[in-house]
This record gives sequence, structure tokens and C-alpha cells, in this order.
Amino acid sequence: MALEIIELCTNCWACQPLCPSKAIYEAKPHFMIDPDKCNECSGDFEDSQCASICPIEGAILNEEGLPMNPPGSLTGILKLAA
Amino acid sequence: MQLPVINNTTSEAPKGGCSAGSCGSKDEQMSHLPEHIRQKVFNHPCYSEEAHHYFARMHVAVAPACNIQCNYCNRKYDCANESRPGVVSELHHPVQAVKKVLAVAATIPQMTVLGIAGPGDPLANPERTFETFRMLSEQAPDIKLCVSTNGLSLPEQVEQLSQYNIDHVTITINCVDPDVGAQIYPWIFWKNKRIKGREAAEILIAQQQKGLEMLVAKGILVKVNSVMIPGVNDKHLEEVSKIVKAKGAFLHNVMPLISEAEHGTYYGLTGQRGPTHEELQALQDACEGDMNMMRHCRQCRADAVGLLGEDRGAEFTMDKIEKMDINYPEAMKMRAEVHAAINEELESKRLARESKVQVINIQGIRKATNTRPVLMAVATKGGGVINEHFGHAGEFLIYEASSEGVRFIGHRKTTPYCEGDISCGDGESVLDKTLKVLAGCEAVLCSKVGYEPWGPLEAAGIQPNGEHAMEPIEDAILKVYEEMRAAGKLEAKADEQQKVA
Repeated sequence: MALEIIELCTNCWACQPLCPSKAIYEAKPHFMIDPDKCNECSGDFEDSQCASICPIEGAILNEEGLPMNPPGSLTGILKLAA
Repeated sequence: MQLPVINNTTSEAPKGGCSAGSCGSKDEQMSHLPEHIRQKVFNHPCYSEEAHHYFARMHVAVAPACNIQCNYCNRKYDCANESRPGVVSELHHPVQAVKKVLAVAATIPQMTVLGIAGPGDPLANPERTFETFRMLSEQAPDIKLCVSTNGLSLPEQVEQLSQYNIDHVTITINCVDPDVGAQIYPWIFWKNKRIKGREAAEILIAQQQKGLEMLVAKGILVKVNSVMIPGVNDKHLEEVSKIVKAKGAFLHNVMPLISEAEHGTYYGLTGQRGPTHEELQALQDACEGDMNMMRHCRQCRADAVGLLGEDRGAEFTMDKIEKMDINYPEAMKMRAEVHAAINEELESKRLARESKVQVINIQGIRKATNTRPVLMAVATKGGGVINEHFGHAGEFLIYEASSEGVRFIGHRKTTPYCEGDISCGDGESVLDKTLKVLAGCEAVLCSKVGYEPWGPLEAAGIQPNGEHAMEPIEDAILKVYEEMRAAGKLEAKADEQQKVA
């Protein structure tokens, strides 16, 4: 099991120092998660650390390819549009 | 370590206590500060209204990460044409940042202050922030260091802050009530979890207040920034002002919410408006009874360079800096000379001002105690004098003249009416914007005013005045006020036909 960072990432560095498995690394055009190292923080933290600080909805996907922070979940903006 | 410039005699604050922006006003900005604080802020453009005409600041963008979300911030934004907090064009590693600071300090000797303000929260990036401060305190001891923060991780960082000669910290405190906070902060990252809603605001507020108390206890100067959000925290900020003053903050800076829809922030997209000039001024006046208010803030970008109100960041991109050959020890000597010259100028202006104010007071204004206050706009490029053409001004400084003297009210941004060949074709609509920006002012003092805007300005009840070019701002305003008094224009309320002779 591993999370994935996609192109919505703004390279804000917030996640990288938090990763207990050192799975997150700086890359172009955006940060990446090493799928061999990532264990979604199981055993270390209740919540995946990168997904808990990431400010961008949809930038981090779970193993099923679904956003850890779906649209509207952090900003409330989608709710308003609906 | 001995700080060769800050501590030596040439760089001491001019003695006495009259600052340009508020000389003669009832709540004079710096004179009531204790001497040890005045010595720390007299050449800090963000903390001293007078200093901001002479000294420059810069921010380095080394701190991209943030541990909270504010409803007035969009973390996706990066635009070279935008001037507001949280926005940068180029993120720096600490080594690059230090290189940039040395290049700017050698090129712009008036630069006295280096701040780390983002684009995220500097204390949410402690390694990058403190590495930058450590290198700068070693390589450029003549530069003041300061940092701004949302306060969430402040208590755990106070000890380290005090180790790097950082004697100025700005905390953004928008509320002390979690129910208000829940409308401003959708979430925080706290103890390895994302916390939302009222609970998040409660933790953030507690951390901010604790951090403020710890900094004051350490003797570190604290300025509090608050964003005024009409209908959310506007009334509440008076209470915030009282509390932070009681806890020892030395300056409160109430800033207007910036919420254009195109910035894509929650407030921008939900139509939350910012305050009008009048609402902002009214709140600043209401808070002023309680503490020293700051009115000259320009809400800089997190990578701004230069005097407040200007941004020379484009001259110092990384590729340009790489080509510069900086000998900082040499530059430091030159900087010390420039600083000494500015201090001398400030001191002589202070003396001149004191004697002139006395003369004018004797001649009349003080006697005519019931003259009404008048707002005047000033176009300046810096130096504390009227030295900008009306058509080139990107902002106007607003002053209030009254029987009490002259006090600085704030600044209002506009689009320069005429930028040479670039936008003269659009002159009319730009002038309309400027007229709106100057609403409430009865005179605009510039080094020169063109023929074209003269009529519309007069028609709007704003007397154009180009007679005081290169004169100190307060002197010129007092003269115009005295002319208005002599012409009998200050006795009644302004009516639409009044004009300065």
C-alpha cells in the first residue's frame, strides 16, 4: 500500500519532513512518494501525515487512485458552488 | 557578537521623540515608546512610520510550508504582478537566500531589515528559516532580522528565536474567540492530525497568546497583525487590540482583507468583501485609544525588496544574483556611511520640524482651536518629501491636518494615471479610479500635476497642489491647512464648492 502525489502538488514542502518512512522526495515537476517505502504511516500515526497537512485538495491519492482530501473537504469551496 | 553598525554611535536613533508621520498629533507614534524599544525600531521601515520613507526592507521566500489554512489565502497562487502576503515568484534554499540578501544589501544600502514571512509559515519550516537566520547573523551582522508567524508553533520556537538575535516578531492574530476563529481558519495541522472547525481555532488562539507572552517575557519585540474582515472580526478586533496590548505587544497593525475573486480564496469566491478606507480608518482610530497603531503597512509579498510601496524584486532574481560579485565587508562600510547620513538627516529634520511647528502654532492654528480636520493626499517616492508627479503615483499617502497638527492616516493604492507611453490611452478610466481612491481628501499635494487631471480633481472637491515640490510632507500640509484656515474654509463642514485659494 502506498499513497501517490499527482500534478496538483504546488511543491510547498509541508509533507516531506513529516514522512516517518522518508518516502517523500523533491522531484520535478513536483514532489513524489516512493511506493516501495510508503506504508501510509501505518504503525507510526493514526492518519497519513502527508495527507493531513497537504493544503491542496486532490493532490494526494490513495491506493485506489481516490483523493485523500476530496474537493471541498479542506476549503469548503465546492460545497458553496453546489 | 559585536554588531558593528547597529551598536556603534553613528547608527543610534536620533534623540528626542518626534516622528515625521505623526509629529504634533495627539497620539504621536514613537515618542511614547520606551527608549530601548525606540532604539530597536527607529530604522525599521515596518515599525516606524518615519523610517519607512528612508529605510528599505526585504523578504526572502525560504518558507513554503504552512501548518494552517486561512480563508484569505490560496496556496496555489504565484504571480509576479500581485503584491500581497503569501505570494512569491521564486522559492529559495537558505544558501541562495543569503546570497540574495547580501546582493540586495550591497546594492540598496538603505536596506536595514530582512524578514522571513513565507510564503507559508516561517516557523512551520524551522530548519530552512533558522539556517537562513544563522548564516545571516554571521555574514551580515548589520542587518536586522525579523520573522512573522501565524503563531501555531511559536511557543516551541521562542527559545531558538532568541538565539539568533531576532528581536522583532510579528504574529498574525485575527481573533481571541474560537467562534470567530472558526469562520477564518478551516483547519490546522496539530500533533500529527488535521483538526477542523472550532477546535482548531481554539488551539491556534491558545498557542498565539502563549507565544506572545513568552516572547514578551524574553524581551523580544512583538507586533500583532490583524486582518480586518467585515462582518467576521471587525467589531472583535477592538477587543483583540486591548488584549495584545495588555500582554505587551508594542504595535498593532490592522490590515484590510484582500479578497478579489480571481485570487481564488474562500473569501474571494464567497463574495466576502474587504473594508472600505473609511471602515479601516474608523477601526484603527477605535483601537488607537488602546495602543500604538501602525498605518503605513503595504501588505508586502513574501519576496518583496525595497522601500515599502515599491518592489525591486525583479532586479534580484537568482540568475542575476549569480552574476554579481559581492564583497560584503566592503559593502558594510559603505552601508554604515549611508545609514549615518540618513540618521543625520532625520535628526536635522526633527530639529527643523520642532521649530517650524512652534512658529506655525504661534501664528494661528493653535489659536483657532475649532478648525475642522481635513484629509490631504500626498504623492511621494520616499525621503519624507513631496517628490512624485500626480500621474506617476502608484499610491497616495493620506494625512489628516487639524488644529492638533498633522497625523498619518494610511496609504491608498491606485494605477498611475500616466505611465509614459504605456497606458496614457487608458487615461480617463484610470483617472476615475484615482478620483475614487482620493475620496474624502480635499487636496492632493504632488511635485507636479498635469493640465488634464486638474479639472476633474477640482470638480471632485480635491484641490490639486504642485506648489510644495521637494518640501517635507508635514510642513507642506501645515502650510496648505493654514492657507485654508486663512481663507475661512475650516470653520464649517466642507461643502461641495469649497476650494483652496
